[in-house]
Amino acid sequence: MPEDPFTTPEILISGTGISAKYGGRSVLHDIDIAVSRNEFVTLIGPNGSGKTTLVRMLLGLEKPATGVINTAANMRVGYSPQSLAIDPTLPLSVGRFLKLSGVSETIRLEEVLNSVGAPAVLNQEVRLLSGGEQKRVMLARALLGDPDLLVLDEPTANLDIHGRTEFYKLIGTIRDEQACGILLVSHDLDLVMSSTDKVVCINGHVCCSGKPDAVSQNPAYLDLFGEAASRVAVYRHHHEHNHA
Amino acid sequence: MPDFVLYALIAGIGVAAVMGSIGVFVVWRRMAYFGDTLAHSALLGIGLGFFVGIDINFGIVGVCLSIAVGMVYLRRQRYLAEDTLLGILAHASLALGLVVISFLSSLRVDLMSYLFGDILAVTLTDIAWVYGGGSIALGVLAWLWKDLVSITVHEDLAQVEGVNIFRIQIAFMMLFALVIAIAMKIVGILLVTSLLIIPAAAARRFARTPEQMAVFAAIAGSIAVALGLQGSLQWDLPSGPAIVVAATIVYAASLAIPMRQNAR
Repeated sequence: MPEDPFTTPEILISGTGISAKYGGRSVLHDIDIAVSRNEFVTLIGPNGSGKTTLVRMLLGLEKPATGVINTAANMRVGYSPQSLAIDPTLPLSVGRFLKLSGVSETIRLEEVLNSVGAPAVLNQEVRLLSGGEQKRVMLARALLGDPDLLVLDEPTANLDIHGRTEFYKLIGTIRDEQACGILLVSHDLDLVMSSTDKVVCINGHVCCSGKPDAVSQNPAYLDLFGEAASRVAVYRHHHEHNHA
Repeated sequence: MPDFVLYALIAGIGVAAVMGSIGVFVVWRRMAYFGDTLAHSALLGIGLGFFVGIDINFGIVGVCLSIAVGMVYLRRQRYLAEDTLLGILAHASLALGLVVISFLSSLRVDLMSYLFGDILAVTLTDIAWVYGGGSIALGVLAWLWKDLVSITVHEDLAQVEGVNIFRIQIAFMMLFALVIAIAMKIVGILLVTSLLIIPAAAARRFARTPEQMAVFAAIAGSIAVALGLQGSLQWDLPSGPAIVVAATIVYAASLAIPMRQNAR
């Protein structure tokens, strides 16, 4: 029976049975993960759980030891790395940084900077930006290529709680406006939980995955994140009661 | 002005222009020690050049290229820290070069001129090497420029955006090797890195774009060559060291000028 194209999600990227080794030590084991268009997937896991390695493999920056990665034909990827470490001797304005993506029309650059909430930084030096501005500029660069899939590696790592909330709101807006898929790597359990469609929790292997509510109740998840997780679970629980 | 001074000035400015433009990447990418390693390995190239009986310029380019390409591969192994690897290669190739040259006792090799340069002995052939090789180097640099800036800012990001990092790295290493081979004649093996680093450092304070910094570095290097040669003639100083001292003075002078800062 033919499937209805409007309800079948368009899978942008999928990894099946991914495993990775570093110096004989297995860091990832038999991971399955997929992101569809219009889907906001969050990858969480403790430090050293292999999140960044998995993302690098999905981006084609590293080859998995075993497993297959499939990407949609002609998929455009926007990537925002964890951090920029631009040498202080390199004079680089925000405008120039954005133009490295291949897009050079100033109007388009300003438009994208506006959309990420950093309207007035075009002529500033990248290394003089605040942490929050830098994250927004990196997001702007990822958006310039008009991506089908947006990959964000810990985009809120150096932001305070207010900055993080704002940033996740922004990412939600972008998902709706651009109709792209989003893969986000994060530490922020509670904040991510409220805006994401699907959570994949890994610690070398996939501990659990699914809707944020389900994952936050999952024993494997609670095990992994202990105290912090139970706080989230209680919070979610409480929240549901309010709406019941 | 006597011919040999004119030749020295022409060759020196050619070298400084090329070294300045490449030097900015050496500074941005923190490759100063790598430059040293290539320069040290040039002595092995000289030794092998004499030994095999080919033009030593080809010997230098050949050895520098092998070391450069070897580094790209060795770095991927991650058995040893990069500076350790570079230290091994630098000193091993310098020592090996000295050993090879010592075998050639029938030949009188003026070691000092290779170690510290001999710009006042520059010939028309040398000038042809400097400007021929230099134009090729600058041409390749212009061709690689955007991708090089891109991988200097963030390698992974550049790769995701479609830059072939490995190809660019190899091309840059080859460029680097070519430039070292050209420049060592002028300032010598032991001082060659200084012409890459010091003018670029002096240029930083005045540049607002990567391109400006490269142009300013080329200018700063040329000024250093002219000043160094002048000093060398006036006070009978060794020319290579005099140029490096002049470059350092240019750098120090740049610190005295207040920096233009973007208003925030």
